[in-house]
Amino acid sequence: MYGDTSIQKPIKIAEPTSEEQARLEEIFQQKIDDNIKIEPQEWMPAAYRKTLVRQMSQHAHSEVIGMQPEGNWITRAPSLRRKVILLAKIQDEGGHGLYIYSAAETLGTSRAEMINQLQTGKAKYSSIFNYPALSWADMGTIGWLVDGAAITNQVALSKGSYGPYCRAMIKICKEESFHQRQGYELLLTLSRGTDAQKEMLQESVNRFWWPSLMMFGPNDADSPHSAQSMKWKIKKKSNDQLRQEFIDATVPQAEFLGITLPDPDLKWNEERGHYDYGQIDWEEFGHVINGNGPCNKQRVATHLKAHEDGAWVREAAAAYAEKQQNKNVA
Amino acid sequence: MTELSKKDALVQYAAQIGDNGLIIGHRMSEWCFRAPALEMEIALMNCALDLIGQARELYTYAAVTQDEGKSEDDFAYLRDEQDFRNLLLTEVPNGDWGDTIVRLFLMSAYNKLFYTALANSKDAQLAAIGAKSIKEVIYHQRFSSEWLIRLGDGTPESHDRVQKSLDTLWAYTGELFTMTDAETLLLADGIAVDVTALKADWDQVVSDVLTQATLTVPADLWPQLGSKAEGRHTEHFGFIITDMQFMQRRYPGCEW
Repeated sequence: MYGDTSIQKPIKIAEPTSEEQARLEEIFQQKIDDNIKIEPQEWMPAAYRKTLVRQMSQHAHSEVIGMQPEGNWITRAPSLRRKVILLAKIQDEGGHGLYIYSAAETLGTSRAEMINQLQTGKAKYSSIFNYPALSWADMGTIGWLVDGAAITNQVALSKGSYGPYCRAMIKICKEESFHQRQGYELLLTLSRGTDAQKEMLQESVNRFWWPSLMMFGPNDADSPHSAQSMKWKIKKKSNDQLRQEFIDATVPQAEFLGITLPDPDLKWNEERGHYDYGQIDWEEFGHVINGNGPCNKQRVATHLKAHEDGAWVREAAAAYAEKQQNKNVA
Repeated sequence: MTELSKKDALVQYAAQIGDNGLIIGHRMSEWCFRAPALEMEIALMNCALDLIGQARELYTYAAVTQDEGKSEDDFAYLRDEQDFRNLLLTEVPNGDWGDTIVRLFLMSAYNKLFYTALANSKDAQLAAIGAKSIKEVIYHQRFSSEWLIRLGDGTPESHDRVQKSLDTLWAYTGELFTMTDAETLLLADGIAVDVTALKADWDQVVSDVLTQATLTVPADLWPQLGSKAEGRHTEHFGFIITDMQFMQRRYPGCEW
């Protein structure tokens, strides 16, 4: 549960001397360079730990907040088959959140603390979930574009340096790629349907295309944490590299759906062997990241309300567990 | 009144059991991103998946039996309010976590007995659906019992809240043990379950868990009936199907 305090912070030991410190850092970097995974009990630089906690908690929060736009359509899913698919998908996302919170706890930060940072705005989640899910087609578009972008990122992350996170990513990527395929299949059904369904599909993709590209983060030149993260293999590919991979894979899929992508500059560049694309609206990205997107306040308020409404339940569970423990001791 | 044919009775029966699954499943699914903790949310969505899954099998069987070219979705999306014959207990709003747990517990305890009996139906398809569903509803019963005990024997606040939930929802339990004409007709052939015969066992299971939860079994109130027999619902039901059927009504005849 969110209130779990059973995870203890690592035992503090005497600070190493600067000479020892340098040696520890050297051994650490050597392991990274040799592609040996770092495990929770091993020494690691404080900044490595901090960066990972930030990244993993942000990832877990994204999974959990991402349940909101999709959850918005469960009761309105247009067929029972689609309803159970959507339910199962969202359930997976919740499971991913749980899994990554647990992986992050191995670094000594409790889930309660991470949740608190989310609710007080200190921790971020993927900017994409600050956009609303307005039509049924969005359930397909989120699977196709949003999960597609996430997989592009996560496949790279699964080859990173921190053991628990990499292992989580391997499991999660399998489910995400299933989610992406179901999203695409949903859209394919719309693309073969009535004019109204085709319009619904195009309108949804128009709204989600640019925010999906923003999911990869700022251009490399403007990405402050990237260099150190690459050295530590927390990050394996740059934002722009991943974005390009995603675009190259996605454009032919859009063509197959018979839709257009809302970028007049999008065209194949024979010389580069990649698609060229237009300028991303970084001003919009900045507003959304800084809490002023269409749904930022709603997403956090909804999370907070569920948390507060459930306080009496968590208290009851804790009180009951304590009574049981006392009985066992007696 | 025209006499009910056995075929129509079987269609009604399968659809009515399916309605219970769909409607309570719908309510469970409304907990998405609203539960007190992530684990609880995942568990409730799992229950929703099981229950809606049961509805799908039952609707499909009803459609096949009816033989009018319909599908599970015709039953869920294109019937009107009065055609749904779910138990009132399945449709009342979720309320707080305590209300939801009490409802799930009362229904799961019933479902376990019901599906166990249905597994012995002379109708092979219903028996198979019953046998498959038992495993699922046993889990629902275990999950909801454990939570009921935690809340009942947790803090004074949780105890009072959940006792109140129980007192409120109790009025809907009478309907669980009523028989429709279709059920009576099919019972004679060993197809339908005699739900009146489940009451004693249900009382025992409920009383055992409530004792563990330090809760009091409410006095029997004038039972709220009407949905199962006549499709007369609570005021809340219209909103369920307004939400659920919106896409199918707005865009008729589409493939999704």
